[in-house]
Amino acid sequence: MSIDLKTIKHISKLSRISVDEKRAEKLADDLNSIFEFIEKLNELKTDDVTPLTSIAETTLKFRSDEIKSKNIREQIIKNSPEDNEDYFVVPKVIE
Amino acid sequence: MSDITKQSLTELVENIKNKKLSSTDVTKAFIQRSEKSSELNAYITDNFTLALDKAKKFDQNPNLDLKLPGIPMAVKDLFCTKNVKTTAGSKILNNFVPTYESTVTENIWNEGAILLGKLNCDEFAMGSSNETSHFGNVQNPIDKNLVPGGSSGGSASAVAGKLTPITIGTDTGGSIRQPASFTGIVGLKPTYGSCSRYGIVAFASSLDQAGPMAQNVKDCALLQEVISTYDPKDSTSIKFKRNHYSKELTKNIKGKKIGIPKEYRVDGMPKEIEDLWLKGIQYVKDCGAETIDISLPHTSYALPTYYIVAPAEASSNLARYDGVKYGYRAKGENLIDMYEKTRSEGFGAEVQRRIMIGTYVLSSGYYDAYYLKAQKVRKLIKNDFDDAYKKVDAILTPSTPSSAFKIGEKTNDPVSMYLNDIFTVPVNLAGLPGISIPAGHDTKGYPLGLQIIGKAFDEQNILNIAFAMEEKINFKNKITDWWIK
Repeated sequence: MSIDLKTIKHISKLSRISVDEKRAEKLADDLNSIFEFIEKLNELKTDDVTPLTSIAETTLKFRSDEIKSKNIREQIIKNSPEDNEDYFVVPKVIE
Repeated sequence: MSDITKQSLTELVENIKNKKLSSTDVTKAFIQRSEKSSELNAYITDNFTLALDKAKKFDQNPNLDLKLPGIPMAVKDLFCTKNVKTTAGSKILNNFVPTYESTVTENIWNEGAILLGKLNCDEFAMGSSNETSHFGNVQNPIDKNLVPGGSSGGSASAVAGKLTPITIGTDTGGSIRQPASFTGIVGLKPTYGSCSRYGIVAFASSLDQAGPMAQNVKDCALLQEVISTYDPKDSTSIKFKRNHYSKELTKNIKGKKIGIPKEYRVDGMPKEIEDLWLKGIQYVKDCGAETIDISLPHTSYALPTYYIVAPAEASSNLARYDGVKYGYRAKGENLIDMYEKTRSEGFGAEVQRRIMIGTYVLSSGYYDAYYLKAQKVRKLIKNDFDDAYKKVDAILTPSTPSSAFKIGEKTNDPVSMYLNDIFTVPVNLAGLPGISIPAGHDTKGYPLGLQIIGKAFDEQNILNIAFAMEEKINFKNKITDWWIK
């Protein structure tokens, strides 16, 4: 298997990471060597194996939906790159 | 007492309890040494002024019943600390100030410790040499221009260099044990579910665990006792009987069965690692334990499995960094353009690589071939350990396939960097506890570590084995303080 530039462009779109031509080539090289290494898994027959989805063999517990931290709105907003009073500001979405 | 920073955590606690030292004395000493150690680049953010205030307050009304009374401690910058900047070693979080505290750090402060600062690490804990940090390389106190390992490289450097008496790191594929081995200190990765993940910047949620990094096994046991609690805020936190690890620590390991897995004798492993392992086998025998040859047949599939599972989970966890609610934001022509530029400029090369691998293996048409396949092999790897533990109580292996390497030596070849974690990754995939202890030196005088892997929730047993071996090994770190001006 080989990851070409078209695939890199596709993954970068899905990942929401812009990649220029030069970096795309380097990434293709890196990913190809990593996937070559990963292909080793195909030596194993796993048709009858149950996949391990969680290491902790417990069922997820429910908890009540309670607000525990109070009056932190200002602190939370302060962490945003751009805000307007109580709102996060993003580039215009609707024309 | 001029050499406060040379004391172990256990000694410092005792001296504070006996009123031979005050928290202010101890805190001052570590601040002074840390200030003289800027060349190590172990800190991302210091908290020295506040720490000294807190130490003075502690001394005015000291509670000496606490487990860490007035002890200053720096922690990896992956733990959210309330009102103290938390970067995860990334540009994308370089101005993030958490409004809440991680559970493990909360546990530490509740026992009387004082935050000294936030320690450097690989970006989002993705790396084995601390070279992926946005805040620069960390020097290994052992030698100039030597990596301290990673991802908890700042933590390892700070403990080995005696900038902090003890610390905590996180371990997703070896990030506590490998740097511990590279710097000649003790590092424990607890059983998955033992320490809460609440408030730790997430990398790969099914693998991440916090754990102590210490100068000796006893200190390590004491900190593990403090940080390991059941936490309803982490849905994968597990209720089980947690020992008083430091109190119950014993060197009596007579009759314990220790497995020696033949698959860890990998191709190209340096002879000095092989020799160290043989020495380790002799040490446990000298302690009265029995060694048994075992097989973990799927060992060589662990790294390829890890490099599917960890990036897949990372790509999902790191989707939250979009430049909207916190962190770095780049200018964009529209919302999507802003996202793409923010993530392109905010994440470093290794993090981008892993997000892309993860996105690819989870994308339509590839999920079964990669992600599902990896989950199945992960099951086989866990089964290997389950089978082995029918015959043995613990497993002894080298911690790493080599000693620390030079800065820049492996940065151009991601796969050779990944191979560092060949002995540590299987432990995370199976959710088991593992401890690395310093066990000898290579020909260059660099430290080498041995790893003891335990059954799930059996931290006490591996701590005991480590404690018994530590006495036999009698390791002395060769540190010259070369970085102190």
